Amino acid sequence: MIYLDNAATTLRKPPAVARAVTAALGSLGNCGRDLSEAALDAGRTVYAAREKLARLFGCPRPDHVCMTLNSTMALNIAIRGLYGPGDHVISTDWEHNSVLRPLYALEDWGCELSFLPAGPDGRIDLAALEGLVRPNTRGLVCTHASNLTGEALDLAALGRFTRAHGLTLVVDASQSAGTLPIDMEAMGIDVVCFTGHKGLLGPQGTGGLCVRPGVEIAPLLSGGTGVQSFLPRQPAAYPTRLEAGTLNGHGIAGLSAALDFLEQTGVERIHAWETALVRRFYRAVRDLPGVRVYGRPWRYDRAPILSLELAGWDSSELSDALWTDFGVVTRPGGHCAPRLHQALHTAERGLVRFSWSWYNTQEETDVAAAAVARLAEEGAP
Amino acid sequence: MTERTPRLLVTFATTTAALAMEQACREEGVPGRLIPVPGSIRAGCGMGWAAPAEQREAVEALVIRRRLAVDGIYELRR
Repeated sequence: MIYLDNAATTLRKPPAVARAVTAALGSLGNCGRDLSEAALDAGRTVYAAREKLARLFGCPRPDHVCMTLNSTMALNIAIRGLYGPGDHVISTDWEHNSVLRPLYALEDWGCELSFLPAGPDGRIDLAALEGLVRPNTRGLVCTHASNLTGEALDLAALGRFTRAHGLTLVVDASQSAGTLPIDMEAMGIDVVCFTGHKGLLGPQGTGGLCVRPGVEIAPLLSGGTGVQSFLPRQPAAYPTRLEAGTLNGHGIAGLSAALDFLEQTGVERIHAWETALVRRFYRAVRDLPGVRVYGRPWRYDRAPILSLELAGWDSSELSDALWTDFGVVTRPGGHCAPRLHQALHTAERGLVRFSWSWYNTQEETDVAAAAVARLAEEGAP
Repeated sequence: MTERTPRLLVTFATTTAALAMEQACREEGVPGRLIPVPGSIRAGCGMGWAAPAEQREAVEALVIRRRLAVDGIYELRR
């Protein structure tokens, strides 16, 4: 199997991740419930992960790194906890449903939305942001990198824009965490939402949000925290404020091991390797008959994703042929990105997405490109 | 047997803050350990940092230097 669906989840992890999860399953108690070494080790494990995540994302305080099960949960917490009826929120056509659906739910609640449009080439013009601001605009919620084309937004420019207008900037880093540099302080980001199982190379069921100190997010969830048992409301202090219920300590132990690997390897080095593989693939397929590539995979400042279509093929049929005939795993269809598909006019047939990770090789990339070439030669089914 | 002498107790709003205290003290060689907060002190997250009473100055300096989020500092007399 040649696994090129890393934008969905990275299949191969650093070996230390499985070892850490296995060890945690046999040793961790529940932090804050008792004070045995087992319970304290659970707390220490989670705290170490918070510190590493704070360093990775430039979050000023580890206690403002709040753990969730994934990006979707983090985004729901941020979006519903920051905005409400009467507010206006700006987003973009690049968004995944993990951003869109919480925003549409807000709209049902009386919130107004505007979307920075993508052109038929999928590109977004940040200069159009100014025209979307209203007196009641409260925030900008956007992805860092599109899960469909891999194109990335200039977060520093967005940070300058939101600062200038007194807006909060919430970033969905699902496709960029562990691949592209993110610095909350330097870029002026208020909230970074991330998942652990993609570019961070950790287990599924891990993720979270980093919150700039001073940003007050109302808790979406409330319940047991192990602390302040007689307080009738969710405690106000971060990270407990946004963490009701027992955390996924075993998964976070694995994520922490993955973060060690990222620190040792270097995000810049990982990005350089992944980008080289994307470019290698792009050079091999761009001139094939019937192939159309979306986005600009020759650029460096983007996620390791390339989506294409092959004339006469439905994306599901093409993806299935790549898997059954060549053992190449890709993702077809709509990719939970309805607005961008509509902008690209690809909603009906979908696109086939290839996405790389640190563990992919040049040989795998060449086999995948050769598979596309073979199917392009054979013509439509 | 656990030693029962006069000691300092630092309380925190969250277990995360308590664990940050533990880590900072370990890194800087300040003695102490995490203990359950006695019911007579109705504050904090339930987890406190207990240190020898004579460590008060060192503990307070560390809290300020490391920008630790502390709920209160008490002296336990027993």
